[in-house]
Amino acid sequence: MENRYYQPEIETMSHEDMQKLQSEKLVKQVRHIYDHVPYYRAKMEKKGVTPDDIHGIEDLHKLPFITKDDLRDQYPKGFLAVDQSKCVRIQSTSGTTGRRVVAFYTQHDVDLWEDCCARAIMAVGGTNEDVCQVAYGYGLFTGGPGLNGGSHKVGCLTLPMSSGNTERQIQFMMDLGATILCCTPSYAAYLGESLKERGYKPEDNKLKAGIFGAEPWTEEMRRDIEKSLGIKAYDIYGLTEISGPGVSFECTAQAGMHINEDHFLAEIIDPDTEEVLPEGEKGELVFTCLDKEAFPMLRYRTRDICVLTREKCSCGRTLVRMKKPMGRSDDMLIIRGVNVFPSQIETVLLQEGYAPNYFIEVDRVNNTDTLDIYVELTEDQFSDTVKAVTAAEKALANAIKTMLGINPAVHLVAPKTIARSEGKAVRVKDKRKLHD
Amino acid sequence: MAIRQISVFVPNQNGSLEKLVNILAEAQVDMRAMAIADTMEFGILRMIVKGHDKACEALREAGYLVSQNEVTAVEIPDQPGGLANVVSILAGRGVNIEYTYAFMTRSHGHACVVFRVEDNELVENILAQNGISCLKHGGNDEAPW
Repeated sequence: MENRYYQPEIETMSHEDMQKLQSEKLVKQVRHIYDHVPYYRAKMEKKGVTPDDIHGIEDLHKLPFITKDDLRDQYPKGFLAVDQSKCVRIQSTSGTTGRRVVAFYTQHDVDLWEDCCARAIMAVGGTNEDVCQVAYGYGLFTGGPGLNGGSHKVGCLTLPMSSGNTERQIQFMMDLGATILCCTPSYAAYLGESLKERGYKPEDNKLKAGIFGAEPWTEEMRRDIEKSLGIKAYDIYGLTEISGPGVSFECTAQAGMHINEDHFLAEIIDPDTEEVLPEGEKGELVFTCLDKEAFPMLRYRTRDICVLTREKCSCGRTLVRMKKPMGRSDDMLIIRGVNVFPSQIETVLLQEGYAPNYFIEVDRVNNTDTLDIYVELTEDQFSDTVKAVTAAEKALANAIKTMLGINPAVHLVAPKTIARSEGKAVRVKDKRKLHD
Repeated sequence: MAIRQISVFVPNQNGSLEKLVNILAEAQVDMRAMAIADTMEFGILRMIVKGHDKACEALREAGYLVSQNEVTAVEIPDQPGGLANVVSILAGRGVNIEYTYAFMTRSHGHACVVFRVEDNELVENILAQNGISCLKHGGNDEAPW
Protein backbone atom coordinates (compact mmCIF):
# COMPACT_ATOMS: atom_id res chain seq x y z
CA MET A 1 0.00 0.00 0.00
CA GLU A 2 1.14 3.51 -0.76
CA ASN A 3 2.11 5.37 2.40
CA ARG A 4 0.09 8.47 3.01
CA TYR A 5 0.70 11.07 5.64
CA TYR A 6 -1.56 13.69 7.10
CA GLN A 7 1.29 16.10 7.84
CA PRO A 8 4.27 14.72 5.90
CA GLU A 9 6.58 17.61 6.77
CA ILE A 10 6.29 16.63 10.44
CA GLU A 11 5.82 12.89 10.15
CA THR A 12 8.94 12.41 8.00
CA MET A 13 11.06 15.21 9.45
CA SER A 14 14.72 14.45 10.11
CA HIS A 15 15.66 13.69 13.70
CA GLU A 16 17.87 16.80 13.89
CA ASP A 17 15.10 19.08 12.70
CA MET A 18 12.66 17.43 15.09
CA GLN A 19 14.98 18.00 18.04
CA LYS A 20 15.38 21.62 17.05
CA LEU A 21 11.60 22.04 16.80
CA GLN A 22 11.08 20.29 20.13
CA SER A 23 13.69 22.45 21.84
CA GLU A 24 12.12 25.68 20.59
CA LYS A 25 8.70 24.55 21.72
CA LEU A 26 9.87 23.26 25.10
CA VAL A 27 11.46 26.56 26.10
CA LYS A 28 8.17 28.36 25.46
CA GLN A 29 6.06 25.66 27.07
CA VAL A 30 8.07 25.72 30.31
CA ARG A 31 7.83 29.50 30.48
CA HIS A 32 4.07 29.32 29.92
CA ILE A 33 3.53 26.87 32.78
CA TYR A 34 5.90 28.62 35.13
CA ASP A 35 4.00 31.85 34.58
CA HIS A 36 0.50 30.38 34.85
CA VAL A 37 0.49 27.29 37.09
CA PRO A 38 1.54 28.26 40.63
CA TYR A 39 1.57 24.64 41.76
CA TYR A 40 4.16 23.64 39.15
CA ARG A 41 6.11 26.84 39.64
CA ALA A 42 6.46 25.88 43.30
CA LYS A 43 7.68 22.44 42.28
CA MET A 44 10.30 24.02 40.03
CA GLU A 45 11.39 26.41 42.74
CA LYS A 46 11.73 23.54 45.16
CA LYS A 47 14.07 21.87 42.67
CA GLY A 48 15.90 25.13 42.10
CA VAL A 49 15.00 25.36 38.41
CA THR A 50 13.73 28.40 36.55
CA PRO A 51 12.68 28.72 32.90
CA ASP A 52 16.09 30.35 32.28
CA ASP A 53 17.74 26.99 32.94
CA ILE A 54 15.80 25.34 30.12
CA HIS A 55 17.52 25.99 26.78
CA GLY A 56 16.32 22.92 24.92
CA ILE A 57 15.38 19.28 25.25
CA GLU A 58 18.81 18.50 26.69
CA ASP A 59 17.63 20.30 29.84
CA LEU A 60 14.41 18.32 30.16
CA HIS A 61 15.78 16.14 32.96
CA LYS A 62 16.07 19.20 35.20
CA LEU A 63 12.29 19.57 35.39
CA PRO A 64 10.19 18.00 38.16
CA PHE A 65 7.74 15.21 37.36
CA ILE A 66 3.98 15.44 37.50
CA THR A 67 2.12 12.39 38.79
CA LYS A 68 -1.51 11.38 38.89
CA ASP A 69 -1.41 12.26 42.61
CA ASP A 70 -0.51 15.85 41.69
CA LEU A 71 -3.50 15.97 39.38
CA ARG A 72 -5.81 14.58 42.04
CA ASP A 73 -4.45 17.08 44.49
CA GLN A 74 -5.05 19.96 42.11
CA TYR A 75 -8.50 18.79 41.00
CA PRO A 76 -10.25 20.38 39.24
CA LYS A 77 -8.50 23.53 38.03
CA GLY A 78 -5.06 23.61 39.64
CA PHE A 79 -3.24 22.89 36.39
CA LEU A 80 -5.35 25.17 34.21
CA ALA A 81 -2.77 27.39 32.47
CA VAL A 82 -5.00 29.86 30.61
CA ASP A 83 -7.99 31.95 31.52
CA GLN A 84 -11.05 29.76 31.52
CA SER A 85 -12.69 32.03 28.94
CA LYS A 86 -10.14 30.72 26.38
CA CYS A 87 -11.18 27.11 26.99
CA VAL A 88 -13.76 25.46 24.77
CA ARG A 89 -13.97 21.94 26.19
CA ILE A 90 -13.17 19.58 29.00
CA GLN A 91 -12.63 15.83 28.85
CA SER A 92 -12.29 13.55 31.82
CA THR A 93 -10.84 10.19 32.80
CA SER A 94 -13.03 7.31 33.87
CA GLY A 95 -11.72 7.57 37.40
CA THR A 96 -11.15 3.83 37.62
CA THR A 97 -7.93 4.31 39.57
CA GLY A 98 -9.22 6.98 41.88
CA ARG A 99 -10.37 10.53 41.53
CA ARG A 100 -11.19 11.81 38.10
CA VAL A 101 -8.84 14.01 36.16
CA VAL A 102 -10.42 16.91 34.31
CA ALA A 103 -8.44 18.12 31.29
CA PHE A 104 -9.14 21.52 29.70
CA TYR A 105 -8.74 22.37 26.00
CA THR A 106 -8.55 25.60 24.06
CA GLN A 107 -9.50 25.45 20.37
CA HIS A 108 -5.76 25.22 19.60
CA ASP A 109 -5.50 22.19 21.92
CA VAL A 110 -8.50 20.49 20.31
CA ASP A 111 -7.02 21.12 16.85
CA LEU A 112 -3.63 19.65 17.62
CA TRP A 113 -5.26 16.61 19.24
CA GLU A 114 -7.52 16.06 16.23
CA ASP A 115 -4.49 16.44 13.93
CA CYS A 116 -2.86 13.61 15.85
CA CYS A 117 -5.94 11.42 15.35
CA ALA A 118 -6.03 12.35 11.66
CA ARG A 119 -2.42 11.16 11.35
CA ALA A 120 -3.49 7.88 12.97
CA ILE A 121 -6.36 7.38 10.53
CA MET A 122 -4.25 8.14 7.45
CA ALA A 123 -1.51 5.86 8.78
CA VAL A 124 -3.87 2.88 8.48
CA GLY A 125 -4.80 3.86 4.92
CA GLY A 126 -7.70 6.19 5.67
CA THR A 127 -8.76 8.75 3.03
CA ASN A 128 -11.79 10.91 2.31
CA GLU A 129 -13.27 7.87 0.53
CA ASP A 130 -13.59 6.02 3.83
CA VAL A 131 -16.56 5.52 6.11
CA CYS A 132 -15.28 5.72 9.66
CA GLN A 133 -17.42 4.14 12.38
CA VAL A 134 -16.48 5.63 15.75
CA ALA A 135 -17.74 3.24 18.43
CA TYR A 136 -15.72 4.68 21.28
CA GLY A 137 -17.80 6.41 23.91
CA TYR A 138 -18.64 10.04 23.23
CA GLY A 139 -18.84 12.51 26.06
CA LEU A 140 -16.27 12.94 28.80
CA PHE A 141 -14.24 9.97 27.52
CA THR A 142 -11.66 11.12 24.96
CA GLY A 143 -12.05 8.10 22.65
CA GLY A 144 -15.15 9.20 20.75
CA PRO A 145 -14.42 12.94 20.41
CA GLY A 146 -10.77 12.36 19.46
CA LEU A 147 -11.34 9.90 16.63
CA ASN A 148 -14.44 11.81 15.56
CA GLY A 149 -12.33 14.95 15.11
CA GLY A 150 -9.56 13.06 13.34
CA SER A 151 -12.04 11.44 11.00
CA HIS A 152 -13.46 14.87 10.09
CA LYS A 153 -9.98 16.22 9.38
CA VAL A 154 -9.20 13.33 7.04
CA GLY A 155 -12.57 13.88 5.39
CA CYS A 156 -14.01 10.44 6.08
CA LEU A 157 -17.75 10.04 6.29
CA THR A 158 -17.95 9.80 10.07
CA LEU A 159 -20.47 7.56 11.83
CA PRO A 160 -20.61 8.99 15.37
CA MET A 161 -22.03 5.80 16.91
CA SER A 162 -20.58 6.10 20.40
CA SER A 163 -20.26 2.86 22.38
CA GLY A 164 -22.86 0.20 22.99
CA ASN A 165 -26.11 -0.71 21.24
CA THR A 166 -24.54 -3.54 19.31
CA GLU A 167 -27.64 -4.11 17.19
CA ARG A 168 -27.43 -0.56 15.85
CA GLN A 169 -23.63 -0.74 15.41
CA ILE A 170 -24.06 -3.76 13.15
CA GLN A 171 -26.93 -2.21 11.22
CA PHE A 172 -24.97 0.96 10.43
CA MET A 173 -21.77 -0.97 9.76
CA MET A 174 -23.56 -3.06 7.15
CA ASP A 175 -26.02 -0.57 5.68
CA LEU A 176 -23.53 2.31 5.35
CA GLY A 177 -20.55 0.14 4.47
CA ALA A 178 -18.19 1.22 7.23
CA THR A 179 -14.56 0.72 6.17
CA ILE A 180 -12.73 1.79 9.34
CA LEU A 181 -13.83 0.84 12.85
CA CYS A 182 -12.62 2.73 15.95
CA CYS A 183 -13.39 1.28 19.40
CA THR A 184 -11.85 -0.56 22.31
CA PRO A 185 -10.28 -3.91 21.36
CA SER A 186 -12.62 -5.79 23.70
CA TYR A 187 -15.61 -4.23 21.98
CA ALA A 188 -14.13 -5.03 18.56
CA ALA A 189 -13.83 -8.67 19.65
CA TYR A 190 -17.41 -8.56 20.88
CA LEU A 191 -18.64 -7.08 17.60
CA GLY A 192 -16.82 -9.88 15.75
CA GLU A 193 -18.54 -12.42 17.96
CA SER A 194 -21.94 -10.74 17.47
CA LEU A 195 -21.57 -10.63 13.68
CA LYS A 196 -20.76 -14.32 13.63
CA GLU A 197 -23.80 -15.08 15.80
CA ARG A 198 -25.99 -13.29 13.30
CA GLY A 199 -24.63 -15.44 10.53
CA TYR A 200 -22.25 -12.89 8.95
CA LYS A 201 -18.93 -14.06 7.60
CA PRO A 202 -15.83 -11.82 7.91
CA GLU A 203 -16.01 -11.03 4.17
CA ASP A 204 -19.61 -9.80 4.46
CA ASN A 205 -18.57 -6.44 5.92
CA LYS A 206 -16.66 -3.70 4.09
CA LEU A 207 -14.26 -2.99 6.96
CA LYS A 208 -10.58 -2.86 6.05
CA ALA A 209 -8.99 -1.49 9.19
CA GLY A 210 -9.66 -0.98 12.85
CA ILE A 211 -8.10 1.52 15.24
CA PHE A 212 -8.31 0.05 18.71
CA GLY A 213 -7.07 1.42 21.99
CA ALA A 214 -7.88 2.68 25.48
CA GLU A 215 -7.11 -0.66 27.10
CA PRO A 216 -4.30 -3.18 27.02
CA TRP A 217 -4.56 -5.97 24.46
CA THR A 218 -2.28 -8.66 23.17
CA GLU A 219 -0.91 -9.72 19.79
CA GLU A 220 -3.05 -12.86 20.05
CA MET A 221 -6.14 -10.72 20.55
CA ARG A 222 -5.11 -8.66 17.52
CA ARG A 223 -4.99 -11.77 15.34
CA ASP A 224 -8.31 -12.90 16.77
CA ILE A 225 -10.00 -9.60 15.90
CA GLU A 226 -8.37 -9.47 12.46
CA LYS A 227 -9.74 -12.91 11.71
CA SER A 228 -13.24 -12.38 13.03
CA LEU A 229 -13.75 -9.01 11.31
CA GLY A 230 -11.61 -9.66 8.24
CA ILE A 231 -9.53 -6.51 8.79
CA LYS A 232 -6.12 -5.22 9.81
CA ALA A 233 -6.23 -4.18 13.45
CA TYR A 234 -4.10 -1.23 14.59
CA ASP A 235 -3.22 0.04 18.00
CA ILE A 236 -3.63 3.60 19.15
CA TYR A 237 -2.41 5.05 22.40
CA GLY A 238 -3.22 8.10 24.40
CA LEU A 239 -4.26 9.48 27.70
CA THR A 240 -6.58 12.26 28.73
CA GLU A 241 -3.87 13.96 30.76
CA ILE A 242 -1.79 14.50 27.60
CA SER A 243 -4.70 15.00 25.14
CA GLY A 244 -6.46 11.72 24.39
CA PRO A 245 -6.07 8.99 21.76
CA GLY A 246 -3.46 9.76 19.15
CA VAL A 247 -0.54 10.52 21.45
CA SER A 248 0.89 7.65 19.44
CA PHE A 249 -0.48 5.45 16.67
CA GLU A 250 0.38 2.39 14.67
CA CYS A 251 1.10 2.50 10.95
CA THR A 252 0.60 -0.34 8.46
CA ALA A 253 3.94 -1.84 9.53
CA GLN A 254 2.20 -2.88 12.79
CA ALA A 255 5.53 -2.55 14.53
CA GLY A 256 4.96 -0.23 17.44
CA MET A 257 3.25 3.13 17.71
CA HIS A 258 4.70 6.36 16.32
CA ILE A 259 4.64 9.06 18.96
CA ASN A 260 3.49 12.48 17.77
CA GLU A 261 6.68 13.87 19.21
CA ASP A 262 6.32 17.32 17.71
CA HIS A 263 3.60 17.74 20.36
CA PHE A 264 4.47 15.16 23.01
CA LEU A 265 8.07 14.54 24.00
CA ALA A 266 8.64 11.02 25.35
CA GLU A 267 11.13 9.76 27.89
CA ILE A 268 11.61 6.39 29.54
CA ILE A 269 12.59 6.43 33.20
CA ASP A 270 13.34 3.91 35.89
CA PRO A 271 10.12 4.07 37.94
CA ASP A 272 12.03 3.64 41.21
CA THR A 273 15.08 5.88 40.78
CA GLU A 274 13.37 8.27 38.30
CA GLU A 275 16.57 8.19 36.28
CA VAL A 276 16.22 8.66 32.51
CA LEU A 277 16.98 5.45 30.63
CA PRO A 278 18.60 5.20 27.19
CA GLU A 279 16.67 4.27 24.04
CA GLY A 280 15.71 0.61 23.94
CA GLU A 281 15.50 0.11 27.69
CA LYS A 282 12.30 -0.87 29.42
CA GLY A 283 10.86 1.57 31.89
CA GLU A 284 8.05 3.96 32.67
CA LEU A 285 6.87 6.22 29.89
CA VAL A 286 6.91 9.94 30.66
CA PHE A 287 5.38 12.64 28.44
CA THR A 288 6.04 16.34 28.17
CA CYS A 289 3.59 18.45 26.20
CA LEU A 290 5.34 20.87 23.89
CA ASP A 291 2.66 23.23 22.64
CA LYS A 292 -0.50 22.90 24.65
CA GLU A 293 -2.24 25.94 26.06
CA ALA A 294 -4.88 24.97 28.63
CA PHE A 295 -3.59 21.83 30.30
CA PRO A 296 0.10 21.38 29.54
CA MET A 297 1.78 18.53 31.36
CA LEU A 298 5.52 18.52 31.90
CA ARG A 299 7.19 15.17 32.55
CA TYR A 300 3.90 13.44 33.30
CA ARG A 301 4.42 9.91 34.60
CA THR A 302 2.04 7.62 32.72
CA ARG A 303 2.67 4.46 34.79
CA ASP A 304 2.84 2.59 31.50
CA ILE A 305 5.86 0.37 31.22
CA CYS A 306 7.29 0.30 27.71
CA VAL A 307 10.25 0.66 25.37
CA LEU A 308 11.09 3.31 22.75
CA THR A 309 12.89 2.76 19.46
CA ARG A 310 14.26 5.05 16.78
CA GLU A 311 14.90 2.25 14.33
CA LYS A 312 13.83 3.13 10.80
CA CYS A 313 10.20 2.25 10.10
CA SER A 314 9.16 0.88 6.70
CA CYS A 315 6.29 3.39 6.52
CA GLY A 316 8.76 6.25 6.11
CA ARG A 317 7.77 8.05 9.30
CA THR A 318 10.66 9.25 11.39
CA LEU A 319 8.58 9.71 14.52
CA VAL A 320 9.94 7.69 17.43
CA ARG A 321 8.04 4.47 18.11
CA MET A 322 6.88 3.01 21.42
CA LYS A 323 6.17 -0.66 21.86
CA LYS A 324 2.79 -1.69 23.16
CA PRO A 325 2.88 -1.04 26.92
CA MET A 326 3.80 -4.23 28.74
CA GLY A 327 1.50 -3.36 31.58
CA ARG A 328 0.81 -0.50 33.86
CA SER A 329 2.83 -0.17 36.96
CA ASP A 330 -0.46 0.42 38.76
CA ASP A 331 -2.56 -2.50 37.43
CA MET A 332 0.17 -4.98 37.93
CA LEU A 333 -0.87 -7.52 40.54
CA ILE A 334 1.62 -9.00 42.93
CA ILE A 335 0.30 -12.43 43.79
CA ARG A 336 2.29 -14.61 46.14
CA GLY A 337 5.22 -12.35 45.40
CA VAL A 338 4.90 -12.81 41.64
CA ASN A 339 4.21 -9.91 39.29
CA VAL A 340 1.14 -10.68 37.24
CA PHE A 341 -0.22 -8.66 34.35
CA PRO A 342 -3.78 -9.53 33.27
CA SER A 343 -2.60 -9.40 29.66
CA GLN A 344 -0.41 -12.45 30.33
CA ILE A 345 -3.48 -14.43 31.34
CA GLU A 346 -5.29 -13.21 28.24
CA THR A 347 -2.42 -14.44 26.09
CA VAL A 348 -2.74 -17.94 27.53
CA LEU A 349 -6.50 -18.00 27.06
CA LEU A 350 -6.21 -17.19 23.38
CA GLN A 351 -3.42 -19.73 22.91
CA GLU A 352 -5.58 -22.40 24.53
CA GLY A 353 -8.58 -21.67 22.33
CA TYR A 354 -10.72 -19.67 24.74
CA ALA A 355 -12.39 -16.33 24.11
CA PRO A 356 -10.62 -13.33 25.71
CA ASN A 357 -13.49 -12.90 28.16
CA TYR A 358 -12.26 -13.51 31.64
CA PHE A 359 -12.47 -12.25 35.17
CA ILE A 360 -9.68 -12.39 37.70
CA GLU A 361 -10.35 -12.40 41.41
CA VAL A 362 -7.48 -12.07 43.85
CA ASP A 363 -8.00 -12.62 47.55
CA ARG A 364 -6.01 -13.47 50.63
CA VAL A 365 -7.09 -16.44 52.70
CA ASN A 366 -5.07 -17.44 55.79
CA ASN A 367 -2.27 -15.11 54.70
CA THR A 368 -1.97 -16.82 51.34
CA ASP A 369 -2.95 -15.12 48.13
CA THR A 370 -5.55 -16.86 46.02
CA LEU A 371 -5.98 -16.37 42.29
CA ASP A 372 -9.30 -17.35 40.77
CA ILE A 373 -9.81 -17.00 37.05
CA TYR A 374 -13.27 -17.25 35.52
CA VAL A 375 -13.34 -18.15 31.84
CA GLU A 376 -16.16 -18.93 29.48
CA LEU A 377 -16.40 -22.50 28.33
CA THR A 378 -16.68 -23.10 24.60
CA GLU A 379 -18.50 -25.91 22.81
CA ASP A 380 -15.17 -27.45 21.78
CA GLN A 381 -14.22 -28.06 25.38
CA PHE A 382 -17.63 -29.25 26.55
CA SER A 383 -18.86 -32.83 26.46
CA ASP A 384 -21.31 -34.89 28.50
CA THR A 385 -18.96 -35.63 31.40
CA VAL A 386 -17.89 -33.60 34.43
CA LYS A 387 -14.49 -35.20 33.99
CA ALA A 388 -13.97 -33.45 30.65
CA VAL A 389 -14.80 -30.03 32.11
CA THR A 390 -12.53 -30.49 35.11
CA ALA A 391 -9.78 -31.77 32.82
CA ALA A 392 -10.14 -28.62 30.69
CA GLU A 393 -9.97 -26.48 33.84
CA LYS A 394 -6.84 -28.28 34.94
CA ALA A 395 -5.17 -27.99 31.54
CA LEU A 396 -5.86 -24.26 31.46
CA ALA A 397 -4.64 -23.84 35.03
CA ASN A 398 -1.41 -25.62 34.08
CA ALA A 399 -0.91 -23.42 31.02
CA ILE A 400 -1.41 -20.30 33.15
CA LYS A 401 0.96 -21.66 35.76
CA THR A 402 3.59 -22.13 33.09
CA MET A 403 3.20 -18.49 32.09
CA LEU A 404 2.93 -16.90 35.53
CA GLY A 405 4.72 -19.30 37.82
CA ILE A 406 1.79 -19.48 40.19
CA ASN A 407 -1.08 -21.91 40.29
CA PRO A 408 -4.53 -20.39 39.71
CA ALA A 409 -7.95 -21.90 40.31
CA VAL A 410 -9.67 -21.90 36.93
CA HIS A 411 -13.45 -21.88 36.81
CA LEU A 412 -15.11 -22.58 33.51
CA VAL A 413 -18.47 -20.88 33.34
CA ALA A 414 -21.36 -20.77 30.89
CA PRO A 415 -21.02 -18.60 27.75
CA LYS A 416 -22.12 -14.97 28.04
CA THR A 417 -22.00 -15.00 31.82
CA ILE A 418 -18.93 -12.79 32.12
CA ALA A 419 -20.07 -9.21 31.66
CA ARG A 420 -19.01 -7.69 28.34
CA SER A 421 -17.86 -4.17 28.76
CA GLU A 422 -18.79 -1.62 26.18
CA GLY A 423 -16.07 0.70 27.35
CA LYS A 424 -13.02 -0.34 29.33
CA ALA A 425 -13.15 -3.97 30.34
CA VAL A 426 -13.03 -4.49 34.09
CA ARG A 427 -11.23 -7.77 34.38
CA VAL A 428 -9.69 -7.76 37.83
CA LYS A 429 -11.08 -7.66 41.32
CA ASP A 430 -8.46 -7.51 44.02
CA LYS A 431 -10.23 -8.24 47.29
CA ARG A 432 -7.06 -8.16 49.37
CA LYS A 433 -6.42 -5.33 51.74
CA LEU A 434 -2.85 -4.48 50.87
CA HIS A 435 -2.83 -0.95 52.25
CA ASP A 436 -4.24 0.69 55.34
CA MET B 1 -27.85 -48.22 16.80
CA ALA B 2 -27.32 -46.50 20.09
CA ILE B 3 -29.45 -43.78 21.55
CA ARG B 4 -28.88 -40.09 21.10
CA GLN B 5 -28.35 -38.09 24.27
CA ILE B 6 -28.18 -34.34 24.79
CA SER B 7 -25.96 -32.83 27.49
CA VAL B 8 -26.29 -29.22 28.57
CA PHE B 9 -23.94 -27.11 30.70
CA VAL B 10 -25.99 -25.46 33.45
CA PRO B 11 -24.73 -22.99 36.05
CA ASN B 12 -25.33 -24.22 39.60
CA GLN B 13 -27.66 -21.44 40.66
CA ASN B 14 -31.27 -20.66 41.45
CA GLY B 15 -33.63 -20.80 38.53
CA SER B 16 -31.32 -22.45 35.98
CA LEU B 17 -33.31 -25.64 35.72
CA GLU B 18 -36.56 -23.75 35.47
CA LYS B 19 -35.24 -21.64 32.62
CA LEU B 20 -33.94 -24.65 30.74
CA VAL B 21 -37.06 -26.82 31.01
CA ASN B 22 -39.24 -23.91 29.99
CA ILE B 23 -37.22 -23.52 26.80
CA LEU B 24 -37.83 -27.20 26.06
CA ALA B 25 -41.51 -26.85 26.89
CA GLU B 26 -41.82 -23.93 24.51
CA ALA B 27 -40.08 -25.93 21.79
CA GLN B 28 -42.61 -28.74 22.33
CA VAL B 29 -39.88 -31.19 23.28
CA ASP B 30 -40.97 -34.26 25.21
CA MET B 31 -38.33 -35.29 27.77
CA ARG B 32 -38.17 -39.04 28.16
CA ALA B 33 -35.26 -39.39 30.56
CA MET B 34 -33.10 -36.98 32.48
CA ALA B 35 -30.17 -37.03 34.88
CA ILE B 36 -28.02 -34.29 36.34
CA ALA B 37 -24.37 -34.49 37.32
CA ASP B 38 -23.59 -31.61 39.61
CA THR B 39 -20.51 -29.96 41.08
CA MET B 40 -20.21 -26.95 43.34
CA GLU B 41 -20.22 -24.61 40.37
CA PHE B 42 -22.04 -26.20 37.50
CA GLY B 43 -24.17 -29.10 36.47
CA ILE B 44 -24.40 -31.18 33.34
CA LEU B 45 -27.95 -32.08 32.51
CA ARG B 46 -28.23 -35.15 30.33
CA MET B 47 -31.43 -36.12 28.66
CA ILE B 48 -33.07 -38.26 26.07
CA VAL B 49 -35.93 -36.59 24.31
CA LYS B 50 -38.49 -36.88 21.61
CA GLY B 51 -37.51 -34.08 19.26
CA HIS B 52 -33.72 -34.32 19.58
CA ASP B 53 -32.79 -31.86 16.84
CA LYS B 54 -35.27 -29.16 17.76
CA ALA B 55 -34.24 -29.49 21.42
CA CYS B 56 -30.57 -28.89 20.49
CA GLU B 57 -31.53 -25.99 18.27
CA ALA B 58 -33.72 -24.32 20.90
CA LEU B 59 -31.06 -24.69 23.59
CA ARG B 60 -28.26 -23.35 21.38
CA GLU B 61 -30.51 -20.49 20.33
CA ALA B 62 -30.93 -19.64 24.02
CA GLY B 63 -27.14 -19.58 24.41
CA TYR B 64 -26.56 -22.95 26.10
CA LEU B 65 -23.54 -25.13 25.50
CA VAL B 66 -24.87 -28.35 24.05
CA SER B 67 -23.09 -31.60 23.47
CA GLN B 68 -24.54 -34.63 21.68
CA ASN B 69 -23.40 -38.18 22.06
CA GLU B 70 -24.66 -41.72 21.97
CA VAL B 71 -25.44 -43.98 24.89
CA THR B 72 -26.61 -47.55 25.29
CA ALA B 73 -30.06 -48.12 26.79
CA VAL B 74 -31.30 -51.46 28.06
CA GLU B 75 -34.73 -52.53 29.22
CA ILE B 76 -34.48 -54.73 32.29
CA PRO B 77 -37.11 -56.55 34.35
CA ASP B 78 -38.36 -54.45 37.25
CA GLN B 79 -37.29 -56.87 39.96
CA PRO B 80 -34.42 -57.37 42.47
CA GLY B 81 -31.23 -58.34 40.70
CA GLY B 82 -32.36 -57.03 37.32
CA LEU B 83 -29.63 -54.38 37.09
CA ALA B 84 -27.02 -56.51 38.89
CA ASN B 85 -27.25 -59.09 36.13
CA VAL B 86 -26.51 -56.58 33.34
CA VAL B 87 -23.73 -54.81 35.22
CA SER B 88 -22.08 -58.14 36.10
CA ILE B 89 -22.03 -59.15 32.45
CA LEU B 90 -20.36 -55.86 31.48
CA ALA B 91 -17.91 -55.99 34.40
CA GLY B 92 -17.01 -59.52 33.44
CA ARG B 93 -15.98 -58.25 30.00
CA GLY B 94 -14.01 -55.34 31.43
CA VAL B 95 -16.38 -52.64 30.21
CA ASN B 96 -15.90 -49.34 32.01
CA ILE B 97 -19.15 -47.51 32.76
CA GLU B 98 -18.60 -43.77 32.82
CA TYR B 99 -22.05 -43.10 34.30
CA THR B 100 -25.50 -44.58 34.33
CA TYR B 101 -29.03 -43.55 35.09
CA ALA B 102 -32.34 -45.32 35.20
CA PHE B 103 -36.01 -44.54 34.79
CA MET B 104 -39.35 -46.30 34.42
CA THR B 105 -40.72 -46.88 30.97
CA ARG B 106 -44.28 -46.90 29.75
CA SER B 107 -44.20 -50.63 29.26
CA HIS B 108 -45.33 -52.16 32.51
CA GLY B 109 -42.92 -54.23 34.55
CA HIS B 110 -39.74 -52.89 33.00
CA ALA B 111 -37.16 -50.33 33.96
CA CYS B 112 -34.80 -48.72 31.51
CA VAL B 113 -31.13 -48.14 32.24
CA VAL B 114 -28.81 -45.87 30.27
CA PHE B 115 -25.09 -46.63 30.16
CA ARG B 116 -22.42 -44.24 29.02
CA VAL B 117 -19.61 -46.40 27.72
CA GLU B 118 -16.66 -45.95 25.41
CA ASP B 119 -17.88 -48.29 22.67
CA ASN B 120 -21.64 -48.64 22.31
CA GLU B 121 -21.41 -51.22 19.57
CA LEU B 122 -19.16 -53.50 21.60
CA VAL B 123 -21.53 -53.31 24.59
CA GLU B 124 -24.55 -54.02 22.43
CA ASN B 125 -22.80 -57.10 21.07
CA ILE B 126 -21.82 -58.32 24.53
CA LEU B 127 -25.37 -57.91 25.77
CA ALA B 128 -26.82 -59.53 22.65
CA GLN B 129 -24.59 -62.56 23.25
CA ASN B 130 -26.26 -62.79 26.66
CA GLY B 131 -29.74 -62.53 25.23
CA ILE B 132 -30.26 -58.89 26.25
CA SER B 133 -31.34 -56.53 23.53
CA CYS B 134 -30.76 -52.81 23.57
CA LEU B 135 -33.26 -50.11 22.81
CA LYS B 136 -33.05 -48.48 19.42
CA HIS B 137 -33.55 -44.89 18.54
CA GLY B 138 -36.49 -44.34 16.23
CA GLY B 139 -36.45 -41.81 13.39
CA ASN B 140 -34.90 -38.41 13.81
CA ASP B 141 -37.69 -37.05 15.92
CA GLU B 142 -38.63 -40.20 17.75
CA ALA B 143 -37.61 -41.41 21.18
CA PRO B 144 -36.86 -45.11 21.71
CA TRP B 145 -39.84 -45.65 23.97
